[in-house]
Amino acid sequence: MSIIDASLTEAQKILQETARRFAREEILPHSHEWEEAGEFPRELYEKAGSIGLLGVGFPEELGGVGGGALEILMSIEGLMEGMTTGVTVGLGSHQIALPPVVEFGSDPLRRRIVDEVLRGEKIAALAITEPGAGSDVAGITTRATRRDDGSYRINGAKTFITSGVRADYLTVLTRTSDDKHGGLTFFVVERDREGLSISKPLKKTGWWSSDTAELGFDDVVVPEENRLGAEGTGFLALMKNFQLERLALAGYGYTTAALALRLARENVEERRAFGRPLKGFQVLRHRLADMATKTLAARVLTFEVARAIDRGESCFEEVAMAKNLTAETAVAVTYDAVQIFGGAGYMRETVVERLSRDARLLPIGGGTQEIMKEIISRQMGLV
Amino acid sequence: MKILTTVKRVTDPNMKIKINADATGVVTDGVEYQMNSFDEYGVEEAIVLKENHGGEVVVVSVGPSAATKELRTAMAMGADRAILVETDEKLDSDAVARVLAEVIRKEEPDIVVMGKQAVDSDRNQAGQLLAAYLDWPQATFAFSLEVADGWATVGREVDGGTSTKRVKLPAVVTADLRLNEPRYASLPGIMKAKRKPLDTMTPDDLGVDVAPKVKVLKYEAPEERAAGEIVEDLDALIGKLRDEARVL
Repeated sequence: MSIIDASLTEAQKILQETARRFAREEILPHSHEWEEAGEFPRELYEKAGSIGLLGVGFPEELGGVGGGALEILMSIEGLMEGMTTGVTVGLGSHQIALPPVVEFGSDPLRRRIVDEVLRGEKIAALAITEPGAGSDVAGITTRATRRDDGSYRINGAKTFITSGVRADYLTVLTRTSDDKHGGLTFFVVERDREGLSISKPLKKTGWWSSDTAELGFDDVVVPEENRLGAEGTGFLALMKNFQLERLALAGYGYTTAALALRLARENVEERRAFGRPLKGFQVLRHRLADMATKTLAARVLTFEVARAIDRGESCFEEVAMAKNLTAETAVAVTYDAVQIFGGAGYMRETVVERLSRDARLLPIGGGTQEIMKEIISRQMGLV
Repeated sequence: MKILTTVKRVTDPNMKIKINADATGVVTDGVEYQMNSFDEYGVEEAIVLKENHGGEVVVVSVGPSAATKELRTAMAMGADRAILVETDEKLDSDAVARVLAEVIRKEEPDIVVMGKQAVDSDRNQAGQLLAAYLDWPQATFAFSLEVADGWATVGREVDGGTSTKRVKLPAVVTADLRLNEPRYASLPGIMKAKRKPLDTMTPDDLGVDVAPKVKVLKYEAPEERAAGEIVEDLDALIGKLRDEARVL
């Protein structure tokens, strides 16, 4: 993978190494235990926050450490050395919850919450999906109604919310008018607001160590200060937010593939069958060659998209392409890795087993594979 | 107090290394590099000394130009400035010690704290040789270090236990694993490190001939060990030690 690594700056490499060292020392030794337990300790947020890992991609004046899309990828690459997507996405839930606050939030609100989330003292989560609206985001029905004193009353339900069980701050997409796209508005809802109910962790196929919740809003009242931007700006904020969310998902995708590839390669070099190492079988060597090729292609595309984002270019469809390519790669390469491991690859102690389960969400979360193809084909002028 | 510490750029110890086809070294394609783990303890201790006594931490590396990354990492942890003695040659420990000795003669630090060995070659010689070339006292394998009134009191890991040694400064101290818990290079630290000074020189500039005195004939992987075994109880263990391992 050196053709990309050579182009990184020293600071980017050190950032990646810091995240990697953090993952190897603070996550990897506990990854199996945390995955089985279905959560990781809250203190991990503070540990990551104390060295600035949560502040990557956020402006310094709000407590961040700066950096752009490429730096976010570097932190993901490092953190994934903990071999669990669950912990990585759990630690990173603010990466999708805070940007609307940073960009559209009122000053008092930003000062109140951004810094403490980046320090790891509080957890932030993004709440978009509803029981009746996933891919069809404009179909959401959670409603925020303005009251006479300027505050808002929120009613509705959200589901599949990453870090939702433990989140202190929820960035919630609501409907403030019936205008399909122009009637959406984001609010920040604090977890102790009356009328907010938070479910037990939902049981998932993968991402076990990250908690996922269902949320109920029953006459939850929030002050005007918690509204992000003017009424009706939610769709725009959402589209902007999707860009970095999908880039991060692409990051999880190619790193998942890279880890599976590495483990499969070690297995092929060490394990013997029919009196010779597995690498003595051309069919397996070629399988690994294909896995390596796909993984590199996925990483290269994601890097180029990240660079374009950092240059300030609009690349909505390229992000969609990167998301799809990396997700497909992660699913295919982890499948192959399990196949190479054989029976052991189907056992819960084996990391490739976990990776193969974790990979399955990637073509679904943050916009499904099908929605990504809609975006791409529309850009091609086919719709 | 002026504290000098050293870092070596080594292959990532978490990656499986392979010996190359002609047995002259390891395969470096696709290998990642990072700061020698023992040096992380040395850098941390140097920063702790500065925090407690004030002064300056200078970090030195002898290696390729790419080792600026390891120097910047040390500066991101808290070192104040860096010196790279640039060479693409593979130096033996003796050459490294003589290069470092020249840097130290120029810098005149009050103390040198460095990793006890590098995790790639595991030679464990540079610190001792350096002290000898400087004619300074040395205290190796430190698990504790106190500095006061021009003396260092060093708790040392030795065969069969620990020992305490007092050395007059300036001295060379080499770090063992229990000396401290190395901090991470924080993200704000990484940004600051970009602006800290990094000087580059060559062994020639220092007047050191780095031609190796040690000739490496070939590299060989250690023999594979048989898998371990978990026994039921103490009696079974004693039985195995007596009858199979024949060590009792």
